[in-house]
Amino acid sequence: MKIVIMGCGRVGAQLAGMLDEDGHEVTVVDSDTYSFRRLPASFKGKPLVGDGTDEDYLKKAGIEEADAFIAVTQGDNRNVMAAQIAKHMYNVPRVICRIYDPLREEMYQTLGLETISPTMVGAKLLRDKVVG
Amino acid sequence: MYIIIVGGGKVGYYLSQALLSEGHEVLVLEKDPAKCGAICDQLGSVVVRGDGCEARTLTEVGTERADMFIAATNEDEDNLVSCQVARHKFKVPRTIARINNPKNEELFKKLGVDVTVSSTNLILEHIEKEVPTHPLMHLLTLKGGALEIVEVKIPPTSSKVGKPMKDIVLPPNSVVCLIIGKWGARVPTDDTRLEADSQLVAVTSPEAEAALRAALTE
Repeated sequence: MKIVIMGCGRVGAQLAGMLDEDGHEVTVVDSDTYSFRRLPASFKGKPLVGDGTDEDYLKKAGIEEADAFIAVTQGDNRNVMAAQIAKHMYNVPRVICRIYDPLREEMYQTLGLETISPTMVGAKLLRDKVVG
Repeated sequence: MYIIIVGGGKVGYYLSQALLSEGHEVLVLEKDPAKCGAICDQLGSVVVRGDGCEARTLTEVGTERADMFIAATNEDEDNLVSCQVARHKFKVPRTIARINNPKNEELFKKLGVDVTVSSTNLILEHIEKEVPTHPLMHLLTLKGGALEIVEVKIPPTSSKVGKPMKDIVLPPNSVVCLIIGKWGARVPTDDTRLEADSQLVAVTSPEAEAALRAALTE
């Protein structure tokens, strides 16, 4: 699969490394070159410096042919906007968006975005550890 | 009208000042406490400190009874999200977003933001008007986007100079509404002849724009 990941933080870099190892064609977009240091040395994909909410950079990242787009920057709103560009302007078949704020996540889920809230997932995991 | 403005920067500040003086009920949402203080000193208690993208803040300020919601921060993604929350969670009838990157206009419209205002585009339009490098200029896009009003300057080199309107074949969905010449403005009839350097105001569709320009200026 051709996969575009927006945001090369801890999660983005880890995910990019895993998908690359599985044999997928991965492009990671981040506005800060320094963040690419987190990518594993064996990474064969493409790191791209740029703003993932700007369509010019998304095109450079190959959004038009992408099978999947994953938005994992630090900003909920940036993720939401980029994910909606991928879904509604470029019809990427699979779009996944990280949203920390559970209320915002719930709303965008009802609007048809595929979302993950690490806040909810993390809190539930911790609760189960404590009381489970 | 009850109008909520997100972002208390320069745009938000002057906008709320103008709307208040027109007698509207205005509320500004701003994250930065210093900006909140300044607005409160200047305009009175019309500001609440908070994030305009958060449903909880928007519930607190009574967004469900707002008539209009204006997102005027300098971050496009924040403006998009706060307008979407206002529209989908609080059913605000009219949402307006300021956009900085003109490329985002189409996206915002597609995602249900009623009006977008791009300062970049506004400045560009003014430059086009002041520096006429192009024989065809956009004056206004009519609501719905299917038609627009344009201005066309007839160059002396145009083969249509001296010809009556009835002999000029225009593309579909296009009509010349007004001719402005040395003698003033006039609504053209079939017998009105085109003069060099006159300005025409026409209605056309974006697709027919190039054909209209060619029909009049070549």
